[in-house]
Amino acid sequence: MTATSDREQMAYVASQAADARVNVELDTGDMTLNIGPQHPATHGTLRIACQLDGEQVILAEPMMGYMHRGYEKLCEVRTYPQCTTLINRIDWLGSFANEVPFILAAEQLMEVEAPPRAQWIRTILFELSRIANLSLFLGDMGVQIGALTPVFFAFRDRERVLNQIEEVTGGRFHPNFDRIGGLKDDIPKGWVEETHAVMTKMRTFCDEMEDLLVGNEIFQTRCRGVGVIPQDVALSYGLSGANLRASGVDWDLRRDANPGLAWDQVDWRVWTHPDGDSFARYWVRLQETREATHIVDKLLDGIPSGPIMAKVPRIIKIPAGEAYVSTENPLGEMGYYIVSTGDLGPFRVKIRTPSFNNISIVPWVMKGVYVPDVITILGSLYFILGDIDR
Amino acid sequence: MADETPDDAADTPGDEPREALLAELSELLGDAVVETHLQPGQNLWLRVDPARWQDTARVLQRASFDYFGFLSAVDWSVAPEGRYEDTEFDGGLEPEDGSAEGSDDTEPTEPEAPSSYAGGDTRFQLLLHLHSHTRHEAVIIKADVPEDTGAVDTLRDIFPGADWHERETHEMFGISFNGHPQLTAIYLPTEFEGHPLRKDYPLLARTVKPWPGVVDIEEIPEHLEAELEAQVMAEFEASGGGE
Repeated sequence: MTATSDREQMAYVASQAADARVNVELDTGDMTLNIGPQHPATHGTLRIACQLDGEQVILAEPMMGYMHRGYEKLCEVRTYPQCTTLINRIDWLGSFANEVPFILAAEQLMEVEAPPRAQWIRTILFELSRIANLSLFLGDMGVQIGALTPVFFAFRDRERVLNQIEEVTGGRFHPNFDRIGGLKDDIPKGWVEETHAVMTKMRTFCDEMEDLLVGNEIFQTRCRGVGVIPQDVALSYGLSGANLRASGVDWDLRRDANPGLAWDQVDWRVWTHPDGDSFARYWVRLQETREATHIVDKLLDGIPSGPIMAKVPRIIKIPAGEAYVSTENPLGEMGYYIVSTGDLGPFRVKIRTPSFNNISIVPWVMKGVYVPDVITILGSLYFILGDIDR
Repeated sequence: MADETPDDAADTPGDEPREALLAELSELLGDAVVETHLQPGQNLWLRVDPARWQDTARVLQRASFDYFGFLSAVDWSVAPEGRYEDTEFDGGLEPEDGSAEGSDDTEPTEPEAPSSYAGGDTRFQLLLHLHSHTRHEAVIIKADVPEDTGAVDTLRDIFPGADWHERETHEMFGISFNGHPQLTAIYLPTEFEGHPLRKDYPLLARTVKPWPGVVDIEEIPEHLEAELEAQVMAEFEASGGGE
């Protein structure tokens, strides 16, 4: 209806308000809304069954398992080098970073240490995976809000990082490059220069995202104060990575529990945000991506010379024992608990993936939020389904 | 093996922070601690009384170990078919001393079954990893799951994050958690039978189809293996350590 005068407009508003009063008495509870299994915000196949009361969520229950591949069981019938092939497929966006904690745990049990050059290159590839992984999030978060442009920028620029990873490892997604005792190969000629150039590009990309999204009013209204996770809740649910740091916990495994990689060789800082809302999570990841480009730049300038493989036997047999090593992966704390009985393969591998814990907070954080916010909160928690259904 | 190093592991040199932590936690937890193990520079293991499982978590949370890492379990029994049921290749590489799994071993809790850090008497053992983000320390807590009940108390009320981990442990190992309101499957379909991560649960894919990774590599006769390895190492050293 179109109001032609102020009076008619007032009458229209009053009648609407009267209708609304009537509606208050209607029962609006008990509606079930299924989100997924196919939804762009789920990065895979996750289903969330929401119980709604009008526009508000009373209960949100994530249902996983559509993609469960049973890696913990499969690792038990494989040899250690074969396990890395599986492990690559856990968090498929953070490819190389998946392999590192497993290899480090195996090295810890074997009591071998990779030479410094290998450690530095590992750290560089680790940070490149982080940039590739997080840059996709930075664009993808725009899509959840309704802005399509950022994700195209993200795919465009992420390609440059993937090219750099591919040039060294031969694989864009599943490098399978890390070896017990070092790396498969050295870096190719001219790679350092190219990577420097790519890092400059990625910083420009971060600036673009800052302009396009962080400064955007719609983005701010949709994200600020939405999905707030207080510090103690975040800790007791075992949230990790940027989700934890966005709740104001100054904790980063790269700095606080460095398992021997080269992070302590360069200066960098851990970014935190006190708010704990969706915006804070986006902001922390943005800063982290930028920080990672600086880490890569600094590491590239200081790669030591020397061998890239330690002396390890041709057939890898790991002495009996147990080890748990975790690293700060793009999504958070990823760790492997390896039980060895002195065999060619592990007796038991427990894979601690960040997304499993990060998403277990969904029933808590979704309580009482409005339907459109479900998607932004899911997007800002940022999980990869392969990382939940390992 | 770890069984020989219970409490005296603490006097291995080189890890004062963890030794101090071990002393502190032993005092805090009192007689709940059954056995401890310390790997210098790596990790600290505490095995606690399963009846005090909940108390332990509560005490540790108050002692600033408030970051919930993960909860899981280990099945220490030996797979009835041996680890690699499908090939002779793997059979040939079984440990000779029988310290690890023996392929004919059908009894789940034979003394030859692999032993763990900080010991253990039962088939299933729980693992709990807790961090302290203020002290930058971590600890791994273990507990034997009682054979008769197969259940321990839930940690859900102390660490809400344990909820899903307990559900996962329940469906994969069949361990129950007293007080957990809803131990429904988290990954597996509802009609799924069995507990896949138990050692006696066969991996069907491997039973029906031989593993290609094993089929297409050349077998090395056992008597040649050591020789070959020495040769490779000698070449490696001659080439200057791989530079």
